[in-house]
Amino acid sequence: MEMILPVVLGVAFGFMLDRVGATNPNYIMGMLRLSNLHLAKVILLAIAVASTLLMAGLSLGLVDVGHMSVKATYIGVVIGGALLGLGFALAGYCPGTGWTALATGRKDALWFVLGGLLGAAAYASSHAWWKASGLLDGWLGGKVTLGAIDGSAFAAVWPAMSGTGVGLMVAGALMLLVGLLPDRVR
Amino acid sequence: MFGWLKGGLLLGVVFFAAVLLAKPVGVSTEFAVASGWLWSWLDGSIAVADATAKSGFASSNAYFDESGGKLAKAIANPLNYGVLFVLAMAVGAFVSARLRGGVAAAEKAMPGLWRANFGNSTAKRYAWAFVGGFIVLYGARLAGGCTSGHMMSGMMQTALSGYLFAVSAFAVGIPVALMLYKKEK
Repeated sequence: MEMILPVVLGVAFGFMLDRVGATNPNYIMGMLRLSNLHLAKVILLAIAVASTLLMAGLSLGLVDVGHMSVKATYIGVVIGGALLGLGFALAGYCPGTGWTALATGRKDALWFVLGGLLGAAAYASSHAWWKASGLLDGWLGGKVTLGAIDGSAFAAVWPAMSGTGVGLMVAGALMLLVGLLPDRVR
Repeated sequence: MFGWLKGGLLLGVVFFAAVLLAKPVGVSTEFAVASGWLWSWLDGSIAVADATAKSGFASSNAYFDESGGKLAKAIANPLNYGVLFVLAMAVGAFVSARLRGGVAAAEKAMPGLWRANFGNSTAKRYAWAFVGGFIVLYGARLAGGCTSGHMMSGMMQTALSGYLFAVSAFAVGIPVALMLYKKEK
């Protein structure tokens, strides 16, 4: 059973990445050059839908709060995010979409994946340096959510606010944003 | 292909299902596990059994040795949840691509938008795709996650780190893409 779950979820995720066009670098480049916002709408709507279901599920006690996994905040998140953005624009792939694009037969995706394996190994080699630099130390509270989520192991940016309430509001705002986004801005 | 409404709804359901049934979706960790697994063929000390470590495994590399040897354990036992999830993603994408008639031959070599701006050289495209992959995974490992784990899974949980990551990635990705891809066709 524990082997079946990741396979079912992985197949569904890979299938959906291809169905929304995320395995096609033209869509990723088009989103970043603001000439095709299809994927931006898909991503924002998917986050909003997933968040609405999660926050409602947590409030109703239908989702195990222990399944949440909030990543730490540190300066390296900002630097790493910027690097990812640079490579994302250059290649038109991110880790998940590069890998699934390879499965759809794209040959440039093979080179992206090989570069990615070397990049991951290069990071592993340089991790000790980053650690010593202090840029991996907790920042702005470390592992935090916006509001306080009952029973979770994570602190909140605004402890007085209901985490699920804030989550539902943010999801609503994202849905509104999706509705307002044009198909292209240039 | 699905339109943004249907696609966004269904993709959102998949992200929720992952948290409901197991844990949030993530991909870039498995690049680290795969690279460590390949590395361990050359260097046996990358993942070794160690009863004193929390995970039962240790590594000569400080990164793979973090959190009680968590990654060293995954490298030593690569048929784990995360690796199976990512391998299965390829199956899902392959099936979807087959069902929609596959990718055109010219597109398989390089995306049309790249060709419109940088010409037909496959060597050039492959070289830059390799460089892009290197930078993306180096950045994702430094940040502790990628578009899936940090941005999508993070923002759905209202994780502060997810918003910071997304803003940073797009604040760089948008101007770079605007500079690189001047021509649309």
